[in-house]
Amino acid sequence: MTQEVENLIKTEYAAGFHTDIESDTLPPGLNEDVIRFISARKEEPEWMLEWRLKAYRAWLEMKEPTWAHVKYPEIDFQSVSYFSAPKSMADRPKSLAEVDPELLATYEKLGIPLHEQEALAGVAMDVVFDSVSVVTTFREKLSEAGVIFCPISEAIKHYPDLVKKYLGTVVPQKDNYYAALNSAVFSDGSFVYIPKGVRCPMELSTYFRINELNTGQFERTLIIADEGSHVSYLEGCTAPMRDENQLHAAVVELVALDNAQIKYSTVQNWYPGDAEGKGGIYNFVTKRGVAHTNAKISWTQVETGSAITWKYPSCILKGDNSVGEFYSVALTNNFQQADTGTKMIHLGKNTRSTIVAKGISAGRSNQAYRGLVRINPGAEGARNFTQCDSLLIGDRCGAHTFPYIESKNPTAVIEHEATTSKVSDDQMFLCQQRGLDAEKAVSMIVNGFCREVFKELPMEFAVEAGKLLEVSLEGSVG
Amino acid sequence: MLSIKGLHAKVEEKDILKGLDIEIKPGEVHAIMGPNGSGKSTLGNVLSGRPGYEATAGSVSFKGQDLLALDTEERARNGLFLAFQYPVEIPGVSNMEFLKVSVDAKRKYAGLPELSAVEFMKLARETSKRVNLDANFLKRGVNEGFSGGEKKRNEIMQMMLLEPDLCILDETDSGLDIDALQVVADGVNSMRDGKRSFIVVTHYQRLLDYIVPDYVHVLADGRIVKSGDKSLALELEAKGYSWLENGEG
Repeated sequence: MTQEVENLIKTEYAAGFHTDIESDTLPPGLNEDVIRFISARKEEPEWMLEWRLKAYRAWLEMKEPTWAHVKYPEIDFQSVSYFSAPKSMADRPKSLAEVDPELLATYEKLGIPLHEQEALAGVAMDVVFDSVSVVTTFREKLSEAGVIFCPISEAIKHYPDLVKKYLGTVVPQKDNYYAALNSAVFSDGSFVYIPKGVRCPMELSTYFRINELNTGQFERTLIIADEGSHVSYLEGCTAPMRDENQLHAAVVELVALDNAQIKYSTVQNWYPGDAEGKGGIYNFVTKRGVAHTNAKISWTQVETGSAITWKYPSCILKGDNSVGEFYSVALTNNFQQADTGTKMIHLGKNTRSTIVAKGISAGRSNQAYRGLVRINPGAEGARNFTQCDSLLIGDRCGAHTFPYIESKNPTAVIEHEATTSKVSDDQMFLCQQRGLDAEKAVSMIVNGFCREVFKELPMEFAVEAGKLLEVSLEGSVG
Repeated sequence: MLSIKGLHAKVEEKDILKGLDIEIKPGEVHAIMGPNGSGKSTLGNVLSGRPGYEATAGSVSFKGQDLLALDTEERARNGLFLAFQYPVEIPGVSNMEFLKVSVDAKRKYAGLPELSAVEFMKLARETSKRVNLDANFLKRGVNEGFSGGEKKRNEIMQMMLLEPDLCILDETDSGLDIDALQVVADGVNSMRDGKRSFIVVTHYQRLLDYIVPDYVHVLADGRIVKSGDKSLALELEAKGYSWLENGEG
């Protein structure tokens, strides 16, 4: 782009810029001024703005990836608005009585407690709300242990050295198209630092469930587990998330230093579109962790939402004896499409990785497992075990497996098992002959299929995940 | 209990049952015997509402209700139980969980509260003992990796827990050694209470030494060609089926 053109765009935008600076939502479009605006609104230091601009300039040179097994109309990135502040209290529903009854019915089925329902539905809570005190207690407990857990926008201001040291070290700005976009415009997200030798005193979950709301469509999360520390982090929620933004591009970076362990669990239940395939979130996520010597990173995910999912939580097993795990359940129904899997990059000696991926396709949905296991020349004695199972419900859906195995060290042992099965008529008949209705039968069979993954989830969440599958499968039989 | 009149049924466009009549009163045990392909298993499948088995004519009344008008699961909740010839596996679903949801489904239908997990576990443990299955089987996936005999005993355990009014045993004796056969028969006999009825479908007279029927029916080409008491089974054992198929019945 020539300087003149750049200037022209800048000037043009400047006009709109002034009129909108008072408002909470930017008009659609992306350019350097938009990034300056975001950075200014967040009162970011100069280095952060430069970091974002560098990402933006890289993004301009990049192309949208097209290799995934998903189809969707071309995204016009200039038609997206890149900043919108959370709704003010005044605009929110005053009580659950004002919330869509269908949404409430789903919360009911999932067994979400009432105060959480209020939080999730965005009810204005300016009086006393018991979870507020819960949050305060959590905060105190965490700070006693020296754990830092805050929005990344706060971390940029209060812990700039930590952020500067690690941000972009696992997923560089130029890593891929969506990661570059996220680096340029990320709205907010979480920052976690666990000091040396500290075992985080709680699952970073309940707290998160209430607080993650309105982090926006370009989430950025950075978790650093210092030497010998442990943390279990839970992202997402089983309740369906209301969201007006169609395009989501998140980045999550995990750093597990020597002897540290990070367990990262996700339940993704974004709006999948309606039964005819209209609407729904496009979810393009980059999640990656680096495990140093003797460290362990474990990803567990349950994906049931979004119209399009493009997501490969990965581990770089950099240190000797480091361990990477990936346990995944992905369920697609109606017209949903998912291309998901993992990458295990073995660099250190005696590194080990385990992949257990369960895909369930129903309706007219399509799903692909895409996994890469790479053993580099230095990874003496590396081991991988991959198990990849697909379950089909009905005969209009699809399941595809794309395993990539690259071994450059002859001492490596790699095992890959894959199965495809259907919910059989015989299984259905057995269940129905014992008095179960068809929907209960399918959800029970599907839950059984996912058992190996569910047992990796934090306990209370495993139960919810089971119910979530049941809700997501509604209408898939009969 | 069960009244079948002029029942015709087809499977994949092929007529299998061609006008079948049976009357079963409460407490009775009826054995259905017959050569391969005579429609023995079809009867159990049609009565229990297996998809693909279509009744084309005739009527079936079960406890005064039009059985054929009910959905598969409604028939089950109303007290009709089919013990499978080839019980299918449901990987990852624990036997305990499966049994509990089945029992709860039936209780709910009857307007009873669900059993608590503790109550149910106690009941399930006691029942597994009755069929000589180790309590470990309750934790394993439904029929997952079970031997043939274990699968059949698991079926009988389900039958005991669900306390049906009408039990249909579809060649439950196939593939059982003599010890397992004894366990299965003891289980069935322990459930004979003068009210509960049984249809025992079998190839061999052997099972009927253990489960003594009130009536024996011979099914050939989709019809009952001969009925009698338990001595008929012995006669069949001695003579085979051909004398009946040749029109003497």
